[in-house]
Amino acid sequence: MTTINQSGWRPEMGERCSDNVSTFTGNRALMLEEPLLFEIGRIDATGVDLPDTDMDDNRLGGLMRASPVDLPGLSEPETVRHYTRLSRQNYAIDLGLFPLGSCTMKHNPRLNEKMARLPGFADLHPLQPVQTTQGALAVIHELAEWLKTLTGMAAVAMSPKAGAHGELCGLLAIRAAHDAAGSDRSVILVPESAHGTNPATAAFCGYKVENIPATAEGRVDLAALMTRLGPDVAGVMITNPNTCGLFERDMKKISDAVHNAGGYVYCDGANFNAIVGRVRPGDLGIDAMHINLHKTFSTPHGGGGPGSGPVVLSAALAPFAPLPFVEKQGDHFVLIEEETAEDHHAETFGRMVAFHGQMGMFTRALTYILSHGADGLRQVAEDAVLNANYVLRSLDDVLVAPFGASGPCMHEALFSDDGFAEGFSTIDLAKGLIDEGYHPMTVYFPLVVHGAMLMEPTETESKAALDQYIGAVRSLAERARVGDPALKAAPIFAPRRRLDETLAARKPVLNWQPPVDAMAAE
Amino acid sequence: MRYLPLTPSDRVEMLAKVGAGSIDDLFIDVPDVAQHEGPIAGLPLHASEMAVERHMTKLSRQNLSAAEVPFFLGAGAYRHHVPASVDHLIQRGEFLTAYTPYQPEIAQGTLQMLFEFQTQVARLFGCDVANASMYDGSTACWEAISMARRVTKKARAVLSNGLHPHYVSVAQTMARFTGDALVSDVPDLSAEADTDRVIAAIDDKTSCVVVQYPDILGRIPDLRPIADAAHAKGALLIAVVTEPVALGLIRSPGELGADIVVGEGQSLGVGLQFGGPYLGLFACKEKFVRQMPGRLCGETVDAEGKRGFVLTLSTREQHIRREKATSNICTNSGLCALAFNIHLTLLGGGGLAKLAKLNHARAIAAATRLAQVPGVRLINSNFFNEFTLELPKEARPVIRLLADREILGGVSLGRLYPGNDQLGQGLVVAVTETVSDEDIEAFAAALQEVLA
Repeated sequence: MTTINQSGWRPEMGERCSDNVSTFTGNRALMLEEPLLFEIGRIDATGVDLPDTDMDDNRLGGLMRASPVDLPGLSEPETVRHYTRLSRQNYAIDLGLFPLGSCTMKHNPRLNEKMARLPGFADLHPLQPVQTTQGALAVIHELAEWLKTLTGMAAVAMSPKAGAHGELCGLLAIRAAHDAAGSDRSVILVPESAHGTNPATAAFCGYKVENIPATAEGRVDLAALMTRLGPDVAGVMITNPNTCGLFERDMKKISDAVHNAGGYVYCDGANFNAIVGRVRPGDLGIDAMHINLHKTFSTPHGGGGPGSGPVVLSAALAPFAPLPFVEKQGDHFVLIEEETAEDHHAETFGRMVAFHGQMGMFTRALTYILSHGADGLRQVAEDAVLNANYVLRSLDDVLVAPFGASGPCMHEALFSDDGFAEGFSTIDLAKGLIDEGYHPMTVYFPLVVHGAMLMEPTETESKAALDQYIGAVRSLAERARVGDPALKAAPIFAPRRRLDETLAARKPVLNWQPPVDAMAAE
Repeated sequence: MRYLPLTPSDRVEMLAKVGAGSIDDLFIDVPDVAQHEGPIAGLPLHASEMAVERHMTKLSRQNLSAAEVPFFLGAGAYRHHVPASVDHLIQRGEFLTAYTPYQPEIAQGTLQMLFEFQTQVARLFGCDVANASMYDGSTACWEAISMARRVTKKARAVLSNGLHPHYVSVAQTMARFTGDALVSDVPDLSAEADTDRVIAAIDDKTSCVVVQYPDILGRIPDLRPIADAAHAKGALLIAVVTEPVALGLIRSPGELGADIVVGEGQSLGVGLQFGGPYLGLFACKEKFVRQMPGRLCGETVDAEGKRGFVLTLSTREQHIRREKATSNICTNSGLCALAFNIHLTLLGGGGLAKLAKLNHARAIAAATRLAQVPGVRLINSNFFNEFTLELPKEARPVIRLLADREILGGVSLGRLYPGNDQLGQGLVVAVTETVSDEDIEAFAAALQEVLA
């Protein structure tokens, strides 16, 4: 018989060692420290077998470099180990609940990954003759049809590379429409609770940005908006559901008022997950809205991108949509590019990206949409909203919900840090959540709420997962209210303690430099 | 539904907890005009994994993928062999399903990777600093032109005619709304890049000069005289690299005097993917860093003094500065940056040099052989892994006929510059390490047949 537990430890023997013991390596069993590539790599190490090539004959126009680029390499086993070790220092939706408000961290189905890697999609050049890419164009077209139908809109621009790029697309279409009408309107109105990309995008397109106030219940102040509308206002940017987690009840009235004043309505669709399959933004008078495929349609966030931000457009803005786009002509799919635009699409505002957009994200999003279907997507929205309301009503006795009386929330529950002990703030509760095994919620956004905590559980979470999370937040809220000093030290169990962000910004170190003593020795 | 954990009884219990009689009660704020009973009409219902896989696989088979045939396309997207470990590692859930590293204590994996990536890009481009990536090369190029406006307080950009026409289009789209003046032209089929024309176009109002290196026809312009001329007039030199593998063999743009270097990182680790997602590279001199767009990762220490990494200099960015931000960008191409980082780690400087030499040798072999096809002329006197041929007839239909013969034979200039009669016979041919002698022979034979 083999002895599995060879060290022979039995519970009655008690703890073998304390937390204070340091190790030779700095590692703690499965918690492994990993140096930088530049500290372990060698210039002559490689994980790729390539032949030596004779360079007697070159056609480099006299610009051949004298020596290889100073880039250390690693063999394949070292590479696999380096990145595997790094990966284990990340939290991820695969590990647990990720309630980052407005970011919609939902499960990323692996079928999406498998489909995106089919050689017929992944190993295809964007400039191949269209006769050899009919299936890829069919994917773009099929996804476009879904997006138009789900939103009740006339057209969709598929090429924007991310949400903020989609905002840019929508505002360029609005600006092009005004230009075509001979109007030089110069102002875009943005609610003060808007995401920072909204005013940045408007400014990037050359607009002046003015704030629209909110009502005490956390929605756009319709009366104030109507007062401000006038011949200089090109349009409004409204997030709906909004960043306070509420549906803009007056959305149709807002759209009608803006249209009557000669403007257009841009809707930030970051929170579309709350209403997908249930509400069509087109019914509310929206002229343009981006859809973050990496939120609502489950393409992976990848540690900060790539995103994908198709923009649905009303009939009024459709003629100005960017190039290229896919059109079905009989049984065939064609790409409308610069040369064919004149016949089909003369008013286009132009091209936003080099090729056709985030194809790898289109295949994933379409796979997800087909999996859910119209009925499943509706259930997605309903479960996402139900989960958020469950979190809201399970925590509103220990945390202040500033808009808790404004009706049901949509996809996310918003709290403030009111009631925390002197010197304790949202950041402390957030860092405490890390020790409890969760990614923190969105913190200090929206700016209109003091110490905002924005929690979006998404439809991915089971009731049991929510109950455990709620328990953890309740416990942390109690600690913050009584001012438990231990909470200030959190996180204790993460790969790193709180990091000095001020130092990083004051003396920026943005790439690796060899240690000074090593340089002196050379 | 396989992705939804709530059971019907969970939902009943939870609705009771929130005080709602039914799910519809949670949507009472939606105006009646937008309320839909039941699934939105005209769309199919949910499907099994097997059914979806069958549908997607069928569509994928209606494409001719690059691996199936002799393949010679480039013009801003290049087919290189990607080691198997790259795709394996980027699919680790901790990388794939993480968010932007806003909570650095539990995102050191992504942050350290970005710090390594920034260091690699800076060294490859010969610059002091690089950011954590942009959407793609074309958008990075426009961001560089915007940045030059902020640095120089001037708004006239001179574009080399060797700049990728899609990059020019993207810049033109934006400049129409920002008021920047762009000086641009289409290339001609000459052996050398348009260095003299570019230098002559620089004046005191010029904010920047934008030069692709190697350019759209595959020519390698010497950046030094352009840098000198730009600097003499207070303008910046922006170099654009669409094929970073080239820098394994030719001198870096930073070394030749470029102030900002941007590029498309797709050719390392990312794959073709029919045009996206790709990877915008962005690097510059240190003195301009506070005008740089995009995310930056920086080194710092934690409360115990251990080294760690955070996103930094965010006072440039939209979530702090709102309408005064350097850019509206709110994302990078994180996972593509990881693929690039891993591929370059596997190569190392030595491996990159070998890969580049191999590419150049394959390209010389192909150019030599194709120039022997009757009526075909090689335009370039210099090139890396891509060159331009002048055919005796319009190239676009030739490409289609070659595709019928299962040869993907390059990118016609007619596609890139529609309506331009001077360029219609031009064909841009890229030759990487994935191209075999048999592929070159098959291409040459088919070309001869199609041209006959």
